[in-house]
Amino acid sequence: MSTSSFDYLDRLEAEAIHILREVAGQFERPALLFSGGKDSIVLTRLAEKAFWPGRFPFPLVHVDTGHNFPEVLAYRDQLAEQLGEKLIVRQVEDTIKRQRLREPGGKYPSRNPLQTYTLLEVIEEFEFDACIGGARRDEEKARAKERIFSVRDEFGQWDPKRQRPELWNVYNGRIQKGENVRVFPISNWTELDVWRYIQRENIALPDIYFGHERRCVVLPTGQLLGLSEHLRLDEDDEIVTRQVRFRTVGDSTCTAAVESDASTVEDIIQDLLLAKVSERGATRLDDNISEAGMEDRKRNGYF
Amino acid sequence: MDLLRFITCGSVDDGKSTLIGRLLYDSESVSLDVLAALEKRQASNGTVDLALLTDGLRAEREQGITIDVAYKYFTTPRRKFIITDAPGHVQYTRNMVTGASNADLAIVLVDARQGVIEQTRRHTLIAALLGIRNFVLAVNKMDLVGYDEAVFARIATDYAELTNHFNLPAATAIPLSALNGDNVVKRSVHLPWYVGPSLLEHLESVPGATETAAPGRFQVQYVIRPQTAELPDYRGYAGQIQSGQYRRGDRVKVLPSGLESTIEAIEVSQQEVETAAAPQAVVLRLRDDVDVSRGDSIVPLAEAPTLTRELEATLCWMSEQPLWPGRKLLVQHHSTLVKAAIPAILYKVNVHTFARAAADSAQLNDIVRVRLKTALPLAVDTYLENRASGSFILVDELTGDTVAAGLVEAANSEYFTLPVGPPVAFSI
Repeated sequence: MSTSSFDYLDRLEAEAIHILREVAGQFERPALLFSGGKDSIVLTRLAEKAFWPGRFPFPLVHVDTGHNFPEVLAYRDQLAEQLGEKLIVRQVEDTIKRQRLREPGGKYPSRNPLQTYTLLEVIEEFEFDACIGGARRDEEKARAKERIFSVRDEFGQWDPKRQRPELWNVYNGRIQKGENVRVFPISNWTELDVWRYIQRENIALPDIYFGHERRCVVLPTGQLLGLSEHLRLDEDDEIVTRQVRFRTVGDSTCTAAVESDASTVEDIIQDLLLAKVSERGATRLDDNISEAGMEDRKRNGYF
Repeated sequence: MDLLRFITCGSVDDGKSTLIGRLLYDSESVSLDVLAALEKRQASNGTVDLALLTDGLRAEREQGITIDVAYKYFTTPRRKFIITDAPGHVQYTRNMVTGASNADLAIVLVDARQGVIEQTRRHTLIAALLGIRNFVLAVNKMDLVGYDEAVFARIATDYAELTNHFNLPAATAIPLSALNGDNVVKRSVHLPWYVGPSLLEHLESVPGATETAAPGRFQVQYVIRPQTAELPDYRGYAGQIQSGQYRRGDRVKVLPSGLESTIEAIEVSQQEVETAAAPQAVVLRLRDDVDVSRGDSIVPLAEAPTLTRELEATLCWMSEQPLWPGRKLLVQHHSTLVKAAIPAILYKVNVHTFARAAADSAQLNDIVRVRLKTALPLAVDTYLENRASGSFILVDELTGDTVAAGLVEAANSEYFTLPVGPPVAFSI
């Protein structure tokens, strides 16, 4: 049998399972960072395949900004229960109180930058030596250079000039006390690959990924932001009801919706094949602040 | 639809970033918002600089150079492509080695005005050293030589001499202009004398990875032992098949212990299967209750790799701290991690000519041949025989840094080291 008979999704899946098993083999206390978003949901499916019929050799960890979509939190709890795996939730709210951090101001107060503080706290609390995440290299320019095993210092900092060369599929997870490794098993997947995998594996997702009616505020850029109690609205804000879906599921105050009546995974794949705007560009308010936005946040320990 | 991983090699001024930008742009893989960000930074003459699609980091924007390996993705109806973009500077040989280690094909870019230069030789030889046998010679900037067929023909001939000399398969030569888009995705009216495919057409049709031809190789990454009431005695050996295939009922040997057994079951994606092949991630179960742990190899009885504590290897040295003979390090041979020493550096390889010269140390970006002794035996093949079981990295025990890429050249004490001297075919 020739390997050319393997579909590219089979290859991406095998690569990701190999990476997850390397984490299990190389680290004492790994964790899977779970956001309830499609990428981390795909990671849990891959972990099922990697460790079946055993349990996951790591807990699921969710850093809850307090600004999450309620549908996503419900999905998170249900999935953890269904998998029978341990779920650890830590609140950004608690970090803000404990460290007396200042809440972000502005009209659309995003707690995204504050997640880093809570993440570093939870890493310290459980002495995690590896954190698995669903980041992909196609999301953003700075991510395109990220390693699959990315060594961070005790402040979680990423130094693009000090990255280890990553050869073949040999992953070097050797670290010193206080350091930890971020691991990205689906680095080589694109948004379209993730959706095609969700389709192939028949993976259930939170409803907000599919077209639904939602009250939104229209931003000056024309983007739509779902109404929530966390937004500070002015009288002249334009509020509309639209048929929308979300392409990424982050903090509800900085994740914009796109107009869509796609109601199935097939519809979304068709949408994507026609889509002319990239995932982060369509939906993330925080990356547009400066062109080096993501690079700066990663240096500071952001996921 | 399958997957092709390729690396692009060229020096700073060959227009490599522009070529990748052009591939993404003309295959409609660039989204509107990314284009809008580009247009904001467009050149004074109003053209969009496609090179900016790949130059990601701030330092690069400031210095105008690519400083690290970057990955880009695009999909056509026929294939998914992973582009590894490795920089062309002399001081970044390690990035080129890193990028080539995962590539099925190399695009070697030359400037039509300059032809085959020293860097072209270096890029070709490093890619070949890392096992790439599929080369595309992209003769860029044809617009600057008046789309002259004779210029292209001369460069293609020069390059054929190079590949012949090193006993490499012939490259596919393609004339193009990344800046104008000639022959990158679409064939060009400016090159009526050229009858071959455009670069993308070639990339879509060239054969992809073939890791099944080699004998079965499998290393245990993790032992699955649920120890539950339903599965009290289950022991599954999880790993990725590195090469070849495995069948239920196969007679196998566990290395380094040498214990023999039979494959009782193969599991893929939570299901039992009869056969599995590279690169599938599987769980193997054995009929006998033998002791197997992470790092052990499970291999066909009849075609086992060499089990050795002494080997000869080519290293690409990747650390600022030079390597001196006598150095103690860790060898990471996939999921095996063992202590090792390098008693001797045999010679250094000139990356432009592949001539061998005496050396007492290895500096950053040097390629050297060494002897290596390991504290425990490793199950290896030569890199030429098997890219997976013939490769390893060296790790600094104190810092944990990866300091070298290693290719197994000879897996026993019967060394066949060539004397210091000029290159001999593709043997280094």
